[in-house]
Amino acid sequence: MTLGQSLSVSLVGLEGQLVTVEVDIANGLPGYTLLGLPDAALTESRDRVRSALVNSSETWPNRKVTVSLSPAWLPKSGSSFDLPIAVALLAAQQLIPEEQSRRVLYLGELALDGHIRGVRGVLPSLIVAHKAGITSAVVPWANRVEAQLMRELTIIPMPHLRQLLRWLRTGEREESVELELVSPIQESIYDFADVAGQAPARLAAEVAAVGGHHLLLTGPPGAGKTMIAQRLPGILPELTREESLEVTAIHSIAGGLSTRSPLANDAPFVAPHHSATRVAMVGGGSNAIRPGACSLAHRGVLFVDEAPECDSGVLDSLRQPLESGSITIARAVGTVSYPAHFLLVLAANPCPCGKFSGRGRNCICTSQQVRRYLGKLSGPLMDRIDLRVQVDPLSRVELSGPELGESSSDIRERVVNARARAFKRFASETWSTNSEISSRALRITYQPERCAMNFLHAELDRERITARGLHKIMRTAWSIADLSGHVRPTLADTQLAYTLREGAES
Amino acid sequence: MAHETNNKSGNRTIGAFGEDAVVEFLRERGLIVLERNWRIREGEIDIVAKLADGTLVFVEVKTRTSVAFGHPLEAINSDKARRLQRLALAWLATHQSLGCDYRIDCAAVLISTGGKYSVEYRENVL
Repeated sequence: MTLGQSLSVSLVGLEGQLVTVEVDIANGLPGYTLLGLPDAALTESRDRVRSALVNSSETWPNRKVTVSLSPAWLPKSGSSFDLPIAVALLAAQQLIPEEQSRRVLYLGELALDGHIRGVRGVLPSLIVAHKAGITSAVVPWANRVEAQLMRELTIIPMPHLRQLLRWLRTGEREESVELELVSPIQESIYDFADVAGQAPARLAAEVAAVGGHHLLLTGPPGAGKTMIAQRLPGILPELTREESLEVTAIHSIAGGLSTRSPLANDAPFVAPHHSATRVAMVGGGSNAIRPGACSLAHRGVLFVDEAPECDSGVLDSLRQPLESGSITIARAVGTVSYPAHFLLVLAANPCPCGKFSGRGRNCICTSQQVRRYLGKLSGPLMDRIDLRVQVDPLSRVELSGPELGESSSDIRERVVNARARAFKRFASETWSTNSEISSRALRITYQPERCAMNFLHAELDRERITARGLHKIMRTAWSIADLSGHVRPTLADTQLAYTLREGAES
Repeated sequence: MAHETNNKSGNRTIGAFGEDAVVEFLRERGLIVLERNWRIREGEIDIVAKLADGTLVFVEVKTRTSVAFGHPLEAINSDKARRLQRLALAWLATHQSLGCDYRIDCAAVLISTGGKYSVEYRENVL
């Protein structure tokens, strides 16, 4: 028989489909045809596979080789098909046992000398394979840590084609030590203890961490906006295994696991530059749809410094993920949904020159420029931001004081407790954080104390807040109540929430 | 490759040797060789033979003394394949045989030291 078969996965976003790689070796002039809508990188696989086989002392059939990737209608991309093609080629020549090539999933790019190189998207591919009933998979050695997160599958990491073939023929493997899945204990270099003063901003960060409220920090350059934002992931609760798998899968597709350990369970922090395009922010691309910054920040913090400098539309493109916690991207190759449940932190100078604060004495901007600057943050976007705080320049007293601020681990403990309280309260609801309480539930079940409501209604009557603003304040008040251990938001909690929302005029 | 394969005449002798080998190979299998090295301006057909049932067989022979530069049949790329097709039709036209069944075969002859050789024969390659 001159037919060989092996299995691989083609990903479209986080979803994917099992792909059968079939190889037929027929009599005829030597040639190689690759079927099944391959992209450029995949078309080049012929030369990689050929060199890798020859350099691993295997034979290349000097016949008419037809490789078919089925389902044929699905566009396929990337170099991870090198390995399954090589295996199917050898199976077609009866050089390896057939049942091994048919049952096992193969992922990997081949180097010309036969080494198996790491590829993107290993974890999501394995998840797809598991759902399709595959029980074992050969992955590149470089991806072994990420792959072993998928405990339901037998993972066979392989560094070289030669070693893989030895295992296929004899069942021998050099090393089969199970890696210990211990997440690296990383001491974050960012600790809230380093932040001097800035009590309102620290409080806002804590409240944001409890309820998942989005945050706007305004203040002159050098006041500490970036410092506070960078320290926010450090006070968020650790990710659960499911969340961590989700985050790792997204980073795997984006190819970012070199910077983020696959086992990490801390909340990701993503800070795109303000020159980022819309595609960089939400994801996109023509061949393969890649996740953008907002998906990479899933379960973590998305920090946009100098937010008013962003091109118009870039920040507004975040409105859909802010609302639904996921982003759907439609392109010619298909429609892809990535999760994008993040905490948005915006930082802005008060004016183009940055000095319009306090009495604004050194500011050289015209009043019109000042007004226009923060106006660039659109109304609908600002509406979704519950906390707006002013970060004022530090005074001499605050900066020269010897005592450090409260450390991140202390704050995190409070946050975790407060979140647990909220989690218990929302046990029968569809949401789990305060920022997600529906307005209907706010009116019926989750009302603050009566005097607090009176205060809010009075503010509403004076037209200082809108109806939507009222609901936003109630949600924030719940987070503050959770922090201070109150069963229901008190008047003080609600007033604090009001100040945190209306603090910075916009 | 110490012998005279480096010059043109050496290659021609090797080519002729390979063609002789294939002619013998075909005769052993009961084909009648009609013509050898049929040449027109567009090129040359190495061997024209006839099967017992009347099917015409055009054979392109590739002879090599080593596989250092790839398998002999790899030298037949799509351009060359198209030329073989055209030449076959030209032969049929000049011999008033258009409409006959025909096929195009390729043979690879690999000469090893000591005058031994092997023939690899592929039928109906186009």
